[in-house]
Amino acid sequence: MINWKVLLSISRTHLLSRIRQSGIAALGVTFGISTFIILVSFMTGLNQLLDGIVLDRTPHVHLYNEIAPSERQPVDLLEGLENSWNVVRSVKPRLSQERIPNALPILAYLRRHEAVLGVTPQLKVNGFYLAGSIPLSGILNGIEIANEIELFNLDDYVVEGDPLLLERIDNGILIGAGAAAKLSVGVGDRVQVRSAQGEVFPLKIVGIYQSGLAEIDDVQSYVSLQTAQQIEGVGTNYITDINLKLKHIQQAPRFARRLAAQFGITAVDINTANAQFETGTFVRNLITYAVSITLLVVAGFGIYNILNMVIYEKMNDIAILKATGFSGRDVKYIFMSQAVLIGLAGGLLGLLAGHLISVLIDHTPFETQALPTVTTYPVNFNPLFYLIGLGFALVATFFAGYLPARKAEKIDPVDIIRGQ
Amino acid sequence: MSYVLEARHIDKYFYEPVEFHVLRDISFRMRRGEFVSVMGKSGCGKSTLLYILSTMDTAYTGELYLNGELLTGRPQPELARVRNAHIGFVFQFHYLLPEFTVLQNVMLPAQKLARKPQEQIRQDALDKLELLGIADQAHKLAYRISGGQKQRVAIARALINEPDIIMGDEPTGNLDSTNSDNVFRIFRDLCDTRGLSLLMVTHDLDFANKTDRILEMEDGRIIDGNEE
Ligand SMILES: Nc1ncnc2c1ncn2[C@@H]1O[C@H](COP(=O)(O)OP(=O)(O)O)[C@@H](O)[C@H]1O
Ligand SMILES: [Mg+2]
Repeated sequence: MINWKVLLSISRTHLLSRIRQSGIAALGVTFGISTFIILVSFMTGLNQLLDGIVLDRTPHVHLYNEIAPSERQPVDLLEGLENSWNVVRSVKPRLSQERIPNALPILAYLRRHEAVLGVTPQLKVNGFYLAGSIPLSGILNGIEIANEIELFNLDDYVVEGDPLLLERIDNGILIGAGAAAKLSVGVGDRVQVRSAQGEVFPLKIVGIYQSGLAEIDDVQSYVSLQTAQQIEGVGTNYITDINLKLKHIQQAPRFARRLAAQFGITAVDINTANAQFETGTFVRNLITYAVSITLLVVAGFGIYNILNMVIYEKMNDIAILKATGFSGRDVKYIFMSQAVLIGLAGGLLGLLAGHLISVLIDHTPFETQALPTVTTYPVNFNPLFYLIGLGFALVATFFAGYLPARKAEKIDPVDIIRGQ
Repeated sequence: MSYVLEARHIDKYFYEPVEFHVLRDISFRMRRGEFVSVMGKSGCGKSTLLYILSTMDTAYTGELYLNGELLTGRPQPELARVRNAHIGFVFQFHYLLPEFTVLQNVMLPAQKLARKPQEQIRQDALDKLELLGIADQAHKLAYRISGGQKQRVAIARALINEPDIIMGDEPTGNLDSTNSDNVFRIFRDLCDTRGLSLLMVTHDLDFANKTDRILEMEDGRIIDGNEE
């Protein structure tokens, strides 16, 4: 039976009677833990920001009709040659349209599907912005603006004007910031767009769009789906892309495969499209944990040293305690608890310091062209980090205290008493 | 007749720096309430014997009984419990925990034993300090009191769990004659009025002559004082 009350009161007296040393040992832990909190909050804040940019804009499943060669060439269908080794050189894509066949029934089907949060149809039209006599190539994205805002937060990237006007007025355009700058136009101005077929359409600028990626902002603009269909000269069932947001993102790969098989079109899911982002997240986490653990190991050595010294100075106390009936295990716990108390105090202080500095970072202005919606450095305040941090502190100090405490457990009181 | 302490054929060797037979076939018994002193030349093995009798040293052959129960061969944690509950120990040097108050020093063994509530332990400790005439020092830190006072605190601590026996290794060896007389009178009194059993190693013949029996040691043997 361990009488913790007595043991803790002894270790408390030991700690308090050498408050300076205990304080310095605790500060080592404080430093390690606060660094961990700051790093992990900031790094994951950055991760979330970057992931958020991707997740905000990227559909969970993207359906389109890929222009590609047929997998089965005519020769494969020829009777008598099924089992032979047919080689066809210089294969060309099959003649087909970019449109998704049966787009409207597919849309209707997806809108009713229970796994689907929302669907947006798009029509991508290639064309040219006319700046005087120079045609700038561009892509006009015909969209349902209200849906795009709701599902993909398109309005986050509208830096000027009212995107919803696309729906309300005929021939409005939400123009990319790069293109607008090149054309020297602003909200309310008109811009001429020439379609691939050579027809010229005057469009009214209802807003400026800035994604943060220059190559997109120079080229891409948004118009309403109807406008795009007029420019392309096609009917209302002509749709080139369908973007899906699912209720559960994890289902994306399976759902994409199913749709591809079911409708015979190409379906790309978000995981496949953004595999490289996972790597970035992983590396940032790795750095965070590597730095924090290094600092804690250093703090652990500090505690180990101080405790070794304390035990050396406290040989007499240890001998007395053992002579008066405290067991080796009691003595071990007395010194272990000193280490853990140092870890607890230093750790809690570290959490507080780390939190305060994180708050400071969170309020530091951070303005960048590339991220129009971000005004301060991103910080992720996740309570889990604080739990992990405290756990780290306790584990590190536990191990730092273990070896010295073991030594104290093994000290033979007779050696000490005889030595006097 | 009940014996509080009994040693049977205790032998002990040291192997460092050279093999040395320090205790040779030590056998003796102590009756309950007896005040026994151990005398002998320096280096004859008195301290070594006392460490074995107090259960702190277990590297010996032979048998050791406390209240008729065999202690030899028991595991360390159990021996710690025996020391805590049944044996009080007073050293030559005043072994107190310097950062604790006098009162805390006296209370610790009782808190470890945890047989009584905290308030009761505190009261007992104050009573023991009162008994030894140093109640006024109770709240001082242990390193701030004089040598004679420290030794009395150590005795109060040895008494706190009402042990069966108190052992001392030259408990007055480090005190002037006034303090030394004082401490002896306290022991004599504890023996006479409370029936405590005492086993004290001493160099002081006056001290020894006033005890009930003297065990005389020479070269690791008991040569005189064993009753037949
Ligand atoms: N740890 C030890 N290792 C080797 N020899 C020791 C050790 N402790 C004591 N001795 C020797 O054992 C003998 C008895 O010592 P001790 O019991 O302290 O004598 P006393 O207390 O009677 O003066 C002495 O000769 C001493 O040198
Ligand atoms: Mg001695």
